[in-house]
Amino acid sequence: MENAFDFADKVDIAWCPGCGNFSIRQALLAALAELDLARENVVLVSGIGQAAKMPHYIDTSFFNGLHGRGLPAATAIKACNPELTVIAVGGDGDMYGEGGNHLLHAGRRNPDITLFVHDNMVYGLTKGQASPTSRPGMETPVQVFGVFEKPLNPMALAIALDVPFVARVFCADVEQTKEVMKKAIAHKGFALVDIFQPCVSFNKTNIFKWFKDNTAYLPDGYDPSDRAGAFKKSLEEEPFPLGIIYQSDQRATFEDNLEVYKKDRTPLYTREVDMKKVEAEIMAKV
Amino acid sequence: MARTIADDLVIVLAGEAGQGLQSIEGILAHLLKKSGYNYFSASEFMSRVRGGANSTAIRVSGKRTAGFLDRIDILLPLHREAIPHLGNRITPDTIVIGEKDKIDHPGMIDIQFTRMAAETGGAIYANTIAAGCICGLLKVDEKECEDFILGYFSGKSEEIRSNNVAAIKKGYAAGKGLAGITVAIEKDAAVKKELLLTGSEAIALGALAGGCDYVCAYPMSPSTGVLVEMASHAKKFPIIVEQVEDEIGVVNMALGAWYAGARALVTTSGGGFALMCEGISLCGMIESPLVLHLAQRPGPATGLPTRSEQGDLDLVLHAGHGDFPRIILAPGTLAEAFALTQKAFNLAAACQVPVFILTDQFFIDSRGNTPVFPVGDLKVEKHVVKTAMDYKRFSLTENGISPRGIPGYGSGHVCADSDEHDEAGHITEDLELRVRMVDKRLKKFAAIRADIIAPKLVGSGDYRTLVVCWGSTFNTVCEAVEALGEKDVAVLHFSWLFPFPEEAGAYLKKAANLIVVEGNSSAQFARLIRLETGVASDHSVLKYNGLPFSVEEVKEEIKKFIRAGGRHGKRF
Repeated sequence: MENAFDFADKVDIAWCPGCGNFSIRQALLAALAELDLARENVVLVSGIGQAAKMPHYIDTSFFNGLHGRGLPAATAIKACNPELTVIAVGGDGDMYGEGGNHLLHAGRRNPDITLFVHDNMVYGLTKGQASPTSRPGMETPVQVFGVFEKPLNPMALAIALDVPFVARVFCADVEQTKEVMKKAIAHKGFALVDIFQPCVSFNKTNIFKWFKDNTAYLPDGYDPSDRAGAFKKSLEEEPFPLGIIYQSDQRATFEDNLEVYKKDRTPLYTREVDMKKVEAEIMAKV
Repeated sequence: MARTIADDLVIVLAGEAGQGLQSIEGILAHLLKKSGYNYFSASEFMSRVRGGANSTAIRVSGKRTAGFLDRIDILLPLHREAIPHLGNRITPDTIVIGEKDKIDHPGMIDIQFTRMAAETGGAIYANTIAAGCICGLLKVDEKECEDFILGYFSGKSEEIRSNNVAAIKKGYAAGKGLAGITVAIEKDAAVKKELLLTGSEAIALGALAGGCDYVCAYPMSPSTGVLVEMASHAKKFPIIVEQVEDEIGVVNMALGAWYAGARALVTTSGGGFALMCEGISLCGMIESPLVLHLAQRPGPATGLPTRSEQGDLDLVLHAGHGDFPRIILAPGTLAEAFALTQKAFNLAAACQVPVFILTDQFFIDSRGNTPVFPVGDLKVEKHVVKTAMDYKRFSLTENGISPRGIPGYGSGHVCADSDEHDEAGHITEDLELRVRMVDKRLKKFAAIRADIIAPKLVGSGDYRTLVVCWGSTFNTVCEAVEALGEKDVAVLHFSWLFPFPEEAGAYLKKAANLIVVEGNSSAQFARLIRLETGVASDHSVLKYNGLPFSVEEVKEEIKKFIRAGGRHGKRF
């Protein structure tokens, strides 16, 4: 099937054969196409890592910046031009480790952007060290005595921050991944989707079978609008719940709160400075 | 003791943090300038919210002067510690006005501000009384004082306003009646029509005129003033002002903003800027415009948070890993602060490089009058193109500058990548292309050079001794050299530091003696001069105790050097 967001030419993808990133890319391409977004209005933002290379494999505009720093850039891009669809993408090291502080504050701001975190519980590009979501006991060339830190629970963290869209999927279920991605992108406000994926090169513990055995779809009738219930659900581990854990329409977005858009919705780049007003401001100092 | 002060008066207010030095200075600044006096003030203060020992020096003069003087003609100490705090700046010629029961100083004129305040309605009015006292002494129109006070406290209750009016009148009467002191400084009606503003305000107005529509920062002394000013402009102008979680977030937000077509300003100080260095490197790699105001304070690390230094030049010159062009500006006057900040936005947009504006605490917190900034010919140059389907963000061009598109404007894709990239912006490990991309970025130096502002020579072109300075020291150094009265000594001031102005070479080579005055301990600018021109300075006048250079000490240093026959100092 032809997809406007896929490159017409073959693209040289730097991921390992069998990597979960391929199915995430497949889901994202399908999600973008099915949402019928205008290609020129989509911006992918990423930091550094294997997941953060995603923007190079989708035919859109992108800002592939520094390790951990995708969210501040994404927040500003959306703030300066709310007409753009801004999607940040990165790995667990990028977004939960190096960029952890920005995640907290993106939660506070609630920009209308989407964040996809490829969560494989290990550092891939730096060759196999522990990540903030590595499970206790995992031995690596650096954590030679095994990981003993408590893993970050991004779902519970996001719900605590009242991030208005919090979901987790497993990349092997491309259909659910795509559907949740579509809802996340369409959701007005900050949306976090944690995407479980195996790392075929460096994580020999959390392999495809492990994710299969340790995840469970949310039951029918689950109510994602109940924050306290969602928080409780987010604390469940092994099996980890899959699906939209929390969704709320109760928060105004960062852009909606910005004074510059209260009377005028146009992007900043289209506006001109009123030099007469600048002059008046200068004269106010007389 | 009869004293006549004829052309130039330095009044120093000294007190604890929280005693209201700033409010007295604020009242005096407006009233003295409104009366036609040239006004200049500089503040030094400790890094604390209450207590300590702080001072503000106010200079009132017949001609425009904005140099910092050690001399104190009149001292208003609000607490006992003011006297030891100011040390040998207090001389037998200093007139001290204070309260006998608080301050013990021989020959002090006793004015009971606290008692007078209590009579007026409470201790809170002591500051207005003190301001009134100075106004009375300087023969400011009394009616004007009353009107101003009513406006100044317009948001307050009727009682507070009328008490303040009573307070200023009470102070006025006391100042007017001070025996033996005659102030005969000439007023200049033209001053009344000038601007009165701080360094922070001048930078912010420049940003406004430069089309700034996005400001992000993490509060840090002494750079916060610019953030606050921009936030206040945001009430009237479409500007997004965001206080970010940390400085790393700040610089990445600013780059995101420019990427989306906004014109972002970052304001920060030493430690905050140090955190941004990887982002500066990103700016170099993705060829983003960026305007960054850096208000210097003494380091390393936390250093002296509220003090002044010119110690971050080396950091700014080298910030960020890898090679890429940048522009470094350092205004010496309020007019330059406005004009250079305005220009910084156009330069950044035109050349797609980071533009740094280097100020310091002394500059940013100083206040003075200056002719109205001309806006007439100023333009906001966006340098943005509408993209077509085949748009390539980093197309290889003759001068290294690729037309800058922004996402959503046109049908093309705008791809920015921190990795080495191809013309379209995609990751590449084509090592031959890598070399071409580095060369492309560095080529922009040539384009930048077309805009360089040559250093300004003040004094005779026939000099033997050339005193070089940069940034905030301009007024102080010029006044020191003028006071020296040697015909063959001139000043060369740099407001454009990097790329180093080639025109400077001829000036520097012509000097028999070259002195460089700068506020750091390692002669950073003198070393840059040597690196760029091969000219070594004969003497460096350095200061790094956190206080600004004074006219007297610069004059003394130059005098010593000339008396010794020149060429005696350390070479940098």
